[in-house]
Amino acid sequence: MANPKIFSPRRRLALSPRLFLLLIVGVILLYGVIYPNLHVVLQSLQREGIWSLQNYREIFAQRIVLKAIFSSISISILTVVFCAAIGIPLAFLFERFTFPARRLFATLAALPLVLPPLVGTIAFIFLCGESGILARLAQSLFHLERAPWSLRGWPALLLFHAYTMYPFFYVLTGAGLSRIDDALAEAGKSLGATRTRVLTRIVLPQLTPSLLAAALLTFMTSMGSFSAPLLFGGGVRVLTLEIYTARQRGDLTLALTETVILAVISLGALVFFQRYEGTRRFAAAAMKGTAKTRRSIATGTTRVVAIAFAVLFSVLLVLPVLTLVLVSLAREGSWTTQTLPTSYTLANYARIFSDNSARQVFLNSLSMSAIAAVAALLWSFCVATLIVKKRRRAWHRILSWLILVPWALPGTVVAVSLAEAYGKPSALMGSFILVGTFWILPVVYFLRFMPLVVRAVQASMEQIDEALDQAGRSLGARWRQRFFRITLPLVWPGAVAGTLLAFVIALGEYVASVLVFVPSNRPISIAIASELRDFNLGTAAAYGVVLMAIIAVSMMVAGRLERLRS
Amino acid sequence: MPLLSLKNISKSYGSTPAVADISLDVERGEFFGLLGPSGCGKTTTLRMIAGLEKPDSGSIEFDGRDITNLPAERRGFGMVFQNYALFPHLNVAENVAFGLRARHRPNAEIKERVKSALELVQLPGYEKRRVDELSGGQQQRVAIARAIAIEPALLLFDEPLSNLDVTLREETRGELRELVVRLGLTAVYVTHDQEEAFALCDRISVMVGGRLLQTGAPRALYEQPAKLAVARFLGRNNLIEVMRISSSNEGAGEFKTLAGGHTLRVPIQRGELAPLNKPCTLAIRPEHVALKPATDGLENEISAEVREINFAGATSTVKLDAGGLLLEALVLQPNAFAVGAHCAAVLPAEHMSLLKE
Repeated sequence: MANPKIFSPRRRLALSPRLFLLLIVGVILLYGVIYPNLHVVLQSLQREGIWSLQNYREIFAQRIVLKAIFSSISISILTVVFCAAIGIPLAFLFERFTFPARRLFATLAALPLVLPPLVGTIAFIFLCGESGILARLAQSLFHLERAPWSLRGWPALLLFHAYTMYPFFYVLTGAGLSRIDDALAEAGKSLGATRTRVLTRIVLPQLTPSLLAAALLTFMTSMGSFSAPLLFGGGVRVLTLEIYTARQRGDLTLALTETVILAVISLGALVFFQRYEGTRRFAAAAMKGTAKTRRSIATGTTRVVAIAFAVLFSVLLVLPVLTLVLVSLAREGSWTTQTLPTSYTLANYARIFSDNSARQVFLNSLSMSAIAAVAALLWSFCVATLIVKKRRRAWHRILSWLILVPWALPGTVVAVSLAEAYGKPSALMGSFILVGTFWILPVVYFLRFMPLVVRAVQASMEQIDEALDQAGRSLGARWRQRFFRITLPLVWPGAVAGTLLAFVIALGEYVASVLVFVPSNRPISIAIASELRDFNLGTAAAYGVVLMAIIAVSMMVAGRLERLRS
Repeated sequence: MPLLSLKNISKSYGSTPAVADISLDVERGEFFGLLGPSGCGKTTTLRMIAGLEKPDSGSIEFDGRDITNLPAERRGFGMVFQNYALFPHLNVAENVAFGLRARHRPNAEIKERVKSALELVQLPGYEKRRVDELSGGQQQRVAIARAIAIEPALLLFDEPLSNLDVTLREETRGELRELVVRLGLTAVYVTHDQEEAFALCDRISVMVGGRLLQTGAPRALYEQPAKLAVARFLGRNNLIEVMRISSSNEGAGEFKTLAGGHTLRVPIQRGELAPLNKPCTLAIRPEHVALKPATDGLENEISAEVREINFAGATSTVKLDAGGLLLEALVLQPNAFAVGAHCAAVLPAEHMSLLKE
């Protein structure tokens, strides 16, 4: 045969790509995660430069703070219970049965997921508040002197939390159910198990990972909840609100120490759930399985009941959104004691699109969220390249964990720790002070939402068969060629979908923004809150509606991409 | 000088050794097989040749040059993966062209070579097809075309036929061998299927438990397995436990079977393989066991009872019980025997081999 040649492209002088990536990732984690959080912890352990536990001693001596800790935890636990009670049966209904318009209702049921908390909160106030549509309706129907209820305190918070967070259970249970092989249930039945037994001994154990993940998400989101306690918490004190008010009062040490406590509770929950989850993971059996069938609800009464329930439920879900749209069309000042606004106009929209400062608000949010999302996308590729399929080593686990931390921490904690760490000249930044610049919010958004993008990119990468990259290698493609010609084309739909998700969540971000925003650079959420304070309800609602419209379009694009991937 | 040479290669994953101290040579133009049960380390060995894994110790030489630390992308070896590893986002032509583009070849040349590679694997005109529209057999051909398009210095196959159904497998097997020979390529082929290895390869190494047990031409392996594990893996061998009773190191040795107590005379070249009064194993293929109606009292004849006759098309397997010694014989005419009947089994000395543990 011909002389076999070893194919040797020119050697280039290059820092090993992995080492380079590791360096970038390490530096960003140091600046974004390790230093600020460590700084806050260390500060909380000092009093006027001297190490002491005095801060904690004082805090735990205050009934108010203890009450806030207690309220935060108990509201979160109750929220998990309520959300599970709504989300799990709903998932079974949509996953196991079929009835007319099932798909439409199934999609609607996930709606609250994309509702920014602040927008949801004001929609709730307009709908269910004591001067909201429902209360006024009841008042006029039954000729009452005053509103029949007030939207305040624990019941209000739990109602709102259940409404906005049950989709975690609904979506994750649904996904878990669709993964369970029906053949297992059939095997159970063939062995003589009753339906209840199949449910409790076969289906539920396999659902545990999904349920735990949902419980964790719900718990953490509830711990970090801020808009609702701020606007209708009434006398209920929760930690996020305590931290905010302490900072407003200028009691930085108190805010800092409470921040550490909130962080510890959140991370504790994360560790607890992850540890438990690790023991209950099931290997997806590689087998043929049985095709999924949904039972049709065909008989007269059940069918009517099911449809009626679905319709009623969807109306309940959509009502807050409709309310928001309605209020956004109300002429300012035309909705005082009436059930519905009396006069309608497009002036609110005209105002936010023509008014320079209002337009600027949109530009601010769009540009800051876009910067954060694109940065998160680039970052995710760096991280995913390092950690995908290499979970065996200890430092990969540490890396994954550090990346998860800003997501697990409530927005309040992220904002406070960055503000504390970079609010004055520091060892890491020299004389540059991040707080008060344009960049503080993009940085906060990046840190808070990059874990979402990392997850999306990581999941897409995990799905790529390792043999593809190896085939590329055996065909002589170098690292860069393989990345751009094999990995990237296969990963981008999932990656962009994840980036869009981070983008829209950043767009409506309020919790952290309210702590560190710069007046010259207000995001949408801050504008909404200030319009609300000035009783410009229509304008506040119009902001919310436009925000939801942007989110809806982005999510549609993301959904399209998600389908492209599969 | 061999083209490819593995010298004392070892590799373990964590504390589990995958490959232990393997040395082998592949000659230029040879179709070389690595045969062994699943988990025996044959794929790991192939991946080390490809450069996808690094050996813990030992070295790999190619054409006289040490390539142990050369990354896979710079070795220029074509590889056909078990699941083909076709790029799902590229069409057939782009898949085949991938390696050529990585080498920055001019477009005209790429087009030409893609065309001829596809013709070689009998898929002309398939350039624009999506790979997921192709059947398993066609995907497999694209994978081969992709590997040969780069004019590989060495062609590596990782069980490439295991995902095909039986008829297609046999057909593709023939084409594959012809293609490799025609292009004058050197190939290393990993499989657990002994029939496939025998049909394809000039020489085969049998691997079991991370060790290389025996290397040789298919026929030699089949007829003279050197070790018990090889004989066991290649299967369908009568393994007879015996004890040597004659002390002479010259000519035929005398053995007594542990079961049945029959006397067998087998020529022994190397006396050290069969120490006196220690149990050892003799192997004989079922097709070499001859049956006749009754004993004539000649050497290596054993009287036995027919236990079972399994019809299997052209041949039938006759299972025998010779006073506790169980034997299998392959016969063309099973009608001459009946279950329960007595007969004589002849074990020709030249077909028996003495096995190393």
